[in-house]
Amino acid sequence: MQGKAIKYGDNIDTDVIIPARYLNTSDPQELAQHCMEDLDKEFKNKVQEGDILVVGENFGSGSSREHAPIAIKASGISCIIAKSFARIFFRNAINIGLPILECKEAVDGIEEGDIVLVDTDNGIVKNLTKGTEFKAQPFPDFIKEIMKYGGLINYVREKV
Amino acid sequence: MGLTLTQKILSAKVGREVKPGELIEVDVDVVLGNDVTAPVAIKEFEKIGIDRVFDNTKIALVPDHFVPNKDIKSAEQVNIMRKFAKKHGIVNFFEVGQMGIEHALLPEKGLVLPGDVVIGADSHTCTYGALTCFSTGVGSTDMAAAMATGKAWFKVPEAIKFVLKGNLQKWVSGKDVILYIIGKIGVDGALYKSMEFTGNIKALSIDDRFTIANMAIEAGAKNGIFDFDEITDAYVKGRAKREYKVFERDEDAEYSEVYEINLDEIRPQVAFPHLPENTRNIDEVGKVKIDQVVIGSCTNGRISDMEIAYRILKGKKVHPDVRLLIFPATQEIYLECVKRGYIEEFIKAGAAVSTPTCGPCLGGHMGILAKGERALATTNRNFVGRMGHPESEVYLSSPAVAAASAIAGYIVSPEEVE
Repeated sequence: MQGKAIKYGDNIDTDVIIPARYLNTSDPQELAQHCMEDLDKEFKNKVQEGDILVVGENFGSGSSREHAPIAIKASGISCIIAKSFARIFFRNAINIGLPILECKEAVDGIEEGDIVLVDTDNGIVKNLTKGTEFKAQPFPDFIKEIMKYGGLINYVREKV
Repeated sequence: MGLTLTQKILSAKVGREVKPGELIEVDVDVVLGNDVTAPVAIKEFEKIGIDRVFDNTKIALVPDHFVPNKDIKSAEQVNIMRKFAKKHGIVNFFEVGQMGIEHALLPEKGLVLPGDVVIGADSHTCTYGALTCFSTGVGSTDMAAAMATGKAWFKVPEAIKFVLKGNLQKWVSGKDVILYIIGKIGVDGALYKSMEFTGNIKALSIDDRFTIANMAIEAGAKNGIFDFDEITDAYVKGRAKREYKVFERDEDAEYSEVYEINLDEIRPQVAFPHLPENTRNIDEVGKVKIDQVVIGSCTNGRISDMEIAYRILKGKKVHPDVRLLIFPATQEIYLECVKRGYIEEFIKAGAAVSTPTCGPCLGGHMGILAKGERALATTNRNFVGRMGHPESEVYLSSPAVAAASAIAGYIVSPEEVE
């Protein structure tokens, strides 16, 4: 996947990704309308289909609300590159088939607006604007398999 | 190499010794969801295309976040749960009159027991580790898959050991201990790991332990877990309706870090906005004026929390510039408060008392903050906008500090209003 980088800092919690006042619905499009609203009112206007979210440590901390990765995915984000993820967000993203990668160097080497290419299978991140390349730890096979099916539900459907 | 308490429980479930970092699939004893997460899980469950849940006695559905329903949309969400519970004969579905905040309710009903593996589509599911089980928060899709298969996938965690020494000072409780620890290690200090509490745990009541395990997630942890002792035994006995197993860590278990926590040294703690790690001793807080105080939540809505609030508020008046909201965490706790005369004293002091709900903790309903307002809460998160307007502020403390501050009008130590 390839897209423009949108960048935020450390400890972005699920309350700012999707505030609880919108949790009385689970409709992805409705959630996307409010994605990141308490952190960056402009997010909704600047995000384009395929964009890549580039963030710091402990991304998605706090609540287990799957509405957070759902809102991000529905807003058009194709992949998240973080220095680290909070653990529930990490599994939620994998389970709903939203590609994610952990790579500190890539986060430091990408600026807002850079065009970024990501190969999650091999854990490769290329900053096409700057002509640099980074290597992330690829996922274990089990997680790759869930991602290959497009998420946990498709995986389980296949197995039961 | 020996195993940590968490690794011991997971090994027993898998039927062989597991190693940290390894990905495993485990049978779960309880699968939990609430009115925010379960409707999403039910939608996902239905996509799997099977017509029955793995075990209708091992699923708990607790509408607690937006109940009594705050608007039409939230009523629709609870209706999805209600219909699903009826269709599948879910035994543990709790309507508003029998319910409680999930993490106070499940232990009270004896639904989570020592040695269990519990997953809940709510981040504070880690609370039950107080009862020496492996219990962790997951998402809705995990919940859906587990309702179908009875299984969940985990990476076996490493652990940090906290060895408790000494005893708690007056007005210091489990909340101060966990805020102190988060202040020390940070909001990602235990990322992906277990937090294991051992040493002089008898200095902590079961309610203190629930509070501490509850906020393990605020340090990024996968789970928090306490050793089993006579206090655990006394709590579980009489509640358990099935067999359970007590696990102990190996003596040579390997920990990524070990901290000694001297309980005697801990003063009441306050976490400043906007992270639970921004903690200060009560003596270093300064004069912080407050508009609202919330006493309750899955962190601090238990009977001993209500008792502390009662002791401080009895015969006093809430400051005229402060709104004090008190939420007993379950109907049983609420009733006990009525019997003990707490509710009468709360109301006489000028507090508003509500039926159990998560409401204000997450800015859902029942106590939303306006722009520029400031709350002191016994809840667990003080993120931007957590309790309402993105330009409002939340400070976190124990029920003792919260009750005392409601009287003073600004954040104070309970010693100041005694």
